[in-house]
Amino acid sequence: MSTHTISVFVENRHGALSRIAGLFSSRGYNITSLTVAETEDPSTSRMTIVVAGDESVLEQVVKQLNRLIDVIKVIDFVKDPVIDREIILVRLDATKSTRHEIVSLASIFGGTVAAISPTSITIELTGTSQTIGDFISMVKPYGIKELVRSGKVAMAQARK
Amino acid sequence: MKKTGAQIVVDALIREKIDVVFGYPGGVVLPLFDALYDAEKVKVILTRHEQAAAHAADGYARATGKVGVCIATSGPGATNLVTGIATAYLDSVPVVAITGQVATPILGTDAFQEADVVGITRPITKHNFLVKDVAELPGMIKQAFHIASTGRPGPVLIDVPKDVSVGMVDNYEYPSKVDMRSYRPNTVGHIRQIRKAADAMADAKKPLIYAGGGIIISGAHRELLELAEKTNIPVTTTLMGLGGFPGNHKLFVGMPGMHGSKAANFALQQTDLIVSVGARFDDRVTGHVASFAPNAKIIHMDIDPAAISKIISVDIPVVGDAKNVLAQLNKEVRPRRANGWNKTVAGWKGKKLFDYQPSKTEIKPQAVVEAVYRATKGKAIITTEVGQNQMWASHYYVFTKPRTLLTSGGLGTMGYGMPAAMGAALAIKDRPVIDIAGDGSIQMNIQELATISLNRIPVKVVILNNSYLGMVRQWQEMFFNRRYSSSCLRDGVLCDECKGPGKCKHVYIPDFIALAKAYDIEAFRATKPSEVDAVLKKGLAVKGPALMEFMVSKEENVFPMVPAGKPIDQIVEGQ
Ligand SMILES: Cc1ncc(C[n+]2csc(CCOP(=O)(O)OP(=O)(O)O)c2C)c(N)n1
Ligand SMILES: [Mg+2]
Repeated sequence: MSTHTISVFVENRHGALSRIAGLFSSRGYNITSLTVAETEDPSTSRMTIVVAGDESVLEQVVKQLNRLIDVIKVIDFVKDPVIDREIILVRLDATKSTRHEIVSLASIFGGTVAAISPTSITIELTGTSQTIGDFISMVKPYGIKELVRSGKVAMAQARK
Repeated sequence: MKKTGAQIVVDALIREKIDVVFGYPGGVVLPLFDALYDAEKVKVILTRHEQAAAHAADGYARATGKVGVCIATSGPGATNLVTGIATAYLDSVPVVAITGQVATPILGTDAFQEADVVGITRPITKHNFLVKDVAELPGMIKQAFHIASTGRPGPVLIDVPKDVSVGMVDNYEYPSKVDMRSYRPNTVGHIRQIRKAADAMADAKKPLIYAGGGIIISGAHRELLELAEKTNIPVTTTLMGLGGFPGNHKLFVGMPGMHGSKAANFALQQTDLIVSVGARFDDRVTGHVASFAPNAKIIHMDIDPAAISKIISVDIPVVGDAKNVLAQLNKEVRPRRANGWNKTVAGWKGKKLFDYQPSKTEIKPQAVVEAVYRATKGKAIITTEVGQNQMWASHYYVFTKPRTLLTSGGLGTMGYGMPAAMGAALAIKDRPVIDIAGDGSIQMNIQELATISLNRIPVKVVILNNSYLGMVRQWQEMFFNRRYSSSCLRDGVLCDECKGPGKCKHVYIPDFIALAKAYDIEAFRATKPSEVDAVLKKGLAVKGPALMEFMVSKEENVFPMVPAGKPIDQIVEGQ
C-alpha cells in the first residue's frame, strides 16, 4: 500500500464531483482527503485527492479518472516532488494558566490564534500533514474540544 | 429561429439523422412526444416497456453502427431504462437516452415521479447531463451524440426537466461541431509502438490474434483479415467479436473462455504472443487470471487507455482505433509462413470447433441452431437472449460478417434479444433478423410481441424451450449436486413430487403458440427432430413477425465448459 496525491482538473460543472467520488467508491477505495475549488479560470476546478492503495490499483484509478468526460487533466504526484499543505482549526480547552503555553507552542509551529473565549482557544495552523500531525499530538493533552482539517492541497515544485 | 426545448430535441434528432426512436410517454415528456407528433422524419416506436426501448435502441445501434435513441418519462420510466443502459454500457454501444425530469424549481423535493436519474445512471453511462437551462440544450445534445459515438462508444443520458422542454430559445441554432477540451479520444496508434508490435510478431514462434468487439465497432474486419492472412496467425475472437473475422476461415479457432473452443483456449495457454485488438480480457475469457496465457508476451491495441493493463499486464500497449491501428500495423508486419504451431492449432481445432451428441428422438438445441444457419444460409442477423441459448447460438451459427450477432456479452441481460431484434429489423431490411431465445429469457420482455405485431416488424423468434433456466440448471447439475433450486420453469403448486425433467407431466406455461396468436403473430411448434426444418421453413417464410418454438432436450448442457475461476485449459468436455 502506498499513498498517492493526485491533482485533478475538471470542468466546473455540477455532477463532476460526484462522478469522481463515485469512481473511487465503485472500486471500493476510500478517499483519505479531497479538496476542491475553482482555479484562476473559473470554468475549471482543481481537486487534490489523497488516496491509499496498491500501485497497480492506483494506476488504474488515474486511467479511469482520465476517462471521465469532465476531467481535463490528471497529475499523479508519485514521481515528482510536491509542495503540499493542510490547514487546521483546533479548539482547545484553555484556562488563564494554560493559554500562554498553548499560544507559544502554536507559534513554534507557525500557528496563530483564530479565536479565544474564557474557557477555550482556537488555533489556526497551516503546514504539511506531518507538521499538522505533530502539532496535534503536542496539544492533545490540553484537551481537544473540536478539530477540523482541510485535507491536502498540493502542487508540483517548480522545475529547476 | 424561435423554438421550445422539445422542438430543439426533435430538430437535433433530425440533424443527427435519427430516423427512428423508441419510447414510452408520461407526464413530463408529453411536450417532447407532442413535438415528435409532427416530426415526419422521425418515426416513434411505442414499445410496451421502457427497458425494451433501451434494448431496441441498442439493437438498432449494434446492427447499423449509428446512434440508437430511446425516450422515457421521469421516475419509473427512467428507472425502467436502467437495465438497457447498463447493457449498452458494458458492450460499448452508442445509445442516447432522453429522459423527462420534474421541473427545475422542484428538483430534489421528492416530487411526483421524481428520481435522480442522473445519479442513478452515472456509473452506467459514458456521460450524462442534467439540462438546467433551455439555452444549454442544443450544445448538450450535440455533445451527447458526439460522446456516445466517438472514442470507445457508450450510452449517454440527457435528463430534460419539464420547464426546459417547454422553455423557449429565441435564436436557436444547432451547433455544427463539438470541441471539448476534456474529451479528445486518441484514434491513431503511436508509430513506435506499432513497430514494436510488428517486431514482436516477427520474433514470435507461436503467435495468436485475440480480437474483440472493438473490431466490429470500428469496422476493422478487413484490416484484421489482411493482418491474419499476411502473417498466417491463428485468430480467436471473443463473443463480442464474432463476425469480425470469418467464422469459416481456416485461421479461425473459435471464441475463447468459459464456453470457448478447445482450440482457442489451448492456443491462448500455449501462445508466446497474444496480439490483442479491441478486446478487454474479460473474466469470462481469462478464467483464473494468474494462470492465463502463462508464456505470452502481450500486445494490446485498444481505443480505451483504461482497458490496457486493467486485468493482465501488457508488454506493448497501443492506444488507438482498431481500424487505424491495424492499417498501420499491416504496413509494418512481415509476412510469416504457417509453421508447426499452425499445425498444432489446426489439430486442436479438428473438423469442427464445437460438437454435440445428435439424437433421433429428441430435438437437440444445437441442431436447431444449425438448422437456422442452413435455412438462412448464414445471412441472418442473430440476436440472443442469455443462457444456454446464447452459447449455442454463438457455437453453431457461423458468423462471417460484422454486426450479425447482437448479444448482451458484458451484462448478460436476459430479455435483451427480442427488443434488440426489433431495433435491428427496423434498420436492416435485407437480412432476416432472428432472436434465438430461451424459454425463460423471452418472458422478460414478452410484452414486445405487441410492438412487433402492430408495427409488423419482421422479427423471427426462435425459442429453444427446455423448460428450464437452462444455464442455471447446468450449474446446479455440475456444482450444486443436481439440486434444481428455482430453475425449473414448470415448477408450481402442482409439484408435490418431482420425478425429474424427463417425467414431468405438467403443461408448460405459457403456451407460446397460443400467446403469439393472442398477439396476432403466426407461430409454429416442433416437438420432434423431423419437424425442425419444416417449422423453420414455415416461420421464416412469413413476411412479418413469426414465432417458432422448439421443444428441445431438457437437460442438455453447454460444452466445452471451464468452471468459473479455473485456468482455461481445464476444460470439461462433457457428454
Ligand atoms: C436479467 C437476468 N436475470 C438473471 C440472470 C441469470 N441467468 C443467466 S442464464 C439464466 C437462465 C436463462 O434461461 P433461459 O432463457 O430459459 O435460457 P436457457 O439457458 O434455458 O437456454 C439466468 C436466470 C440473467 N442473466 N439476467
Ligand atoms: Mg430455458
